[in-house]
Amino acid sequence: MAYSKEHDRKLRKRYAAEKRFQLYGKMALLLATAFLVFFFYDIIKTGYTAFSQAEVRAEVTFSEETLQMPSKAVSRENRDVISRGFLRILPQVVEQHPEFMNTTQTMWVVAKGDVDQYLKSKPNRLNERETEYVEKLKKADKIRLAFNSGFFTLGDSKMPEIAGIFSAAIGTLYVLIITMVLSVPLGVMTAIYLEEFAPDNKFTQLIEVNINNLAAIPSIIFGLLGLAIFINFFNVPRSSALVGGFTLALMTLPVIIISTRAALRAVPESIRHGAYGVGASPWQVVWHHVLPVSMPGILTGSIIGLAQAMGETAPLLIVGMMAYIPDAPTGITSATTVLPAQIYTWSATSLRPYVERTAAGIIVLLTVLLALNFTAIWLRNKYERKW
Amino acid sequence: MSIQAAPAEKIKQMKDLKMKMSVRDLDFYYGDFHALKNINIDFPEKHVVAMIGPSGCGKSTLLRCLNRMNDLVPAIRVDGQILLDDTDIYSSAIDVVDIRTKVGMVFQKPNPFPKSIYDNIAYAPKIHGRVRKGRDMDDLVENALRKAGLWNEVSDRLENMATTLSGGQQQRLCIARAIAMEPDVLLMDEPASALDPIATAKIEELIFELKEKYTIIIVTHSMQQAARISEYTSFFYMGEMVEYNTTEKIFTNPDKQQTQDYVTGRFG
Repeated sequence: MAYSKEHDRKLRKRYAAEKRFQLYGKMALLLATAFLVFFFYDIIKTGYTAFSQAEVRAEVTFSEETLQMPSKAVSRENRDVISRGFLRILPQVVEQHPEFMNTTQTMWVVAKGDVDQYLKSKPNRLNERETEYVEKLKKADKIRLAFNSGFFTLGDSKMPEIAGIFSAAIGTLYVLIITMVLSVPLGVMTAIYLEEFAPDNKFTQLIEVNINNLAAIPSIIFGLLGLAIFINFFNVPRSSALVGGFTLALMTLPVIIISTRAALRAVPESIRHGAYGVGASPWQVVWHHVLPVSMPGILTGSIIGLAQAMGETAPLLIVGMMAYIPDAPTGITSATTVLPAQIYTWSATSLRPYVERTAAGIIVLLTVLLALNFTAIWLRNKYERKW
Repeated sequence: MSIQAAPAEKIKQMKDLKMKMSVRDLDFYYGDFHALKNINIDFPEKHVVAMIGPSGCGKSTLLRCLNRMNDLVPAIRVDGQILLDDTDIYSSAIDVVDIRTKVGMVFQKPNPFPKSIYDNIAYAPKIHGRVRKGRDMDDLVENALRKAGLWNEVSDRLENMATTLSGGQQQRLCIARAIAMEPDVLLMDEPASALDPIATAKIEELIFELKEKYTIIIVTHSMQQAARISEYTSFFYMGEMVEYNTTEKIFTNPDKQQTQDYVTGRFG
């Protein structure tokens, strides 16, 4: 080689630096992936058992007497392993099946939380006698782990075996719809006005800076704002989907405005000029040319903003959506809770079966959020830039 | 059709021609910058006028004044008059939308709408309520594409995205889009500067044909192009119009030394 030693040395150094840099990057990636895998593994391992629930094959007597005193509907031993939650709803069972009245039915009945935990080999509080009885039932094939449909069809409960996410899911749906209806049109229209029509002066610059700042404000502040304005001033019912939706809409607005403005700004100026050149009015330029081209970006931004709102807990704590609310909301003004709030409530309880329910709730929430984000990605790829 | 400078004897002196557009004492400012200084120029009907000059001389600014595209730029000021058939297009009684339907524009970079070829042509007539959907619109689209010499190339794929066409085809589509409105005047801002020589030749041929029906005003950096396609040429420098005469005179025997220096490439 005709190059000098100095040149060779520098070249080697350069390659070494590049290799080192690549190594750092790979290590960071590996670390992040490891954390993610560990997190998913831990959550799924803890949570998957909540999707099955212990049931006992028991004889249930339906009569005037047992409807009055449900504990007498089952045998003495079964009383210790069957959920009190089931005994309590005996009247509803009769309502649905009037033919059961004055008969004794053999049916699969939800077992107590501790029995459930025992069958799943998890810590439980069964005493020796109960343990023996469960073993006996096991040998007789009178106890099983079945799919826990109650987890998806029941609301929260003080008895873990009959606690589900249904009312929280409905609450989330209500809140999200209110958030969407308020924040998407308002945010998109604000962005269109600021980007396409508003003059560029000190005032609009001030607005822009403030919108960017709002997006970075801790979400709990929005909760306080919602409490002060919506509940204390406008008297919107506390804990309602309405106040939750209002509060989350405030929080989502800046996100939607910023992403919509970015999408509008990405539309090349030449398209606008072409439209103005054939005599389109400013509104026609926006409506016929700019919006259709920027729609995927706007949708993606809105979905991501709403997904963020869906996972939000802190502001909802403040407006009272953290309370114990077992029933699904009947309207936008009735008290309700939401999925993340439900997860938080369960995580703070001491009964063992709630642990797996907490994890299962997280699995459900994550699944929905991932589905939303994949929709956003899919939309973005489907309507790729067309110019 | 071959392209060559129009024979000198056919070019009349300007005073004998009917003028389509006239600029009177025009001063134009971008904020504090005085971009056009006291411009007076007439554009004869159904002729091609070229505007040449170094970058930043104001020729594109003047072109954009002629259909009020400069309105889109913030902090501009216009003094003076621009007459289209004796109506001042900057008077408050005039709607800017009307001006742009009468004065069409073709831009430097082909900018078809990200829609189908058909919709590109049909868009303007539709929003201005010229023609209803259906047969009439089909005829209008075909007619405009034929005039722009694009019909034979795209007639079998009108529903395709306009952005799938080549650059030269896109630019001819933009010309078709402009003439679909049947404007009186066609403004062209360096329409061939982003195209290869073959596409450029097609555009020039097209301009040659279009002047039978339209008054064409073209800004160009290529002096050969100005010489090939225009009957009259104006030379701009530093916001002023230095000289305006028949193209032949400008390129062979201009009155001003500045013009002489520019067209012979000695400018600098």
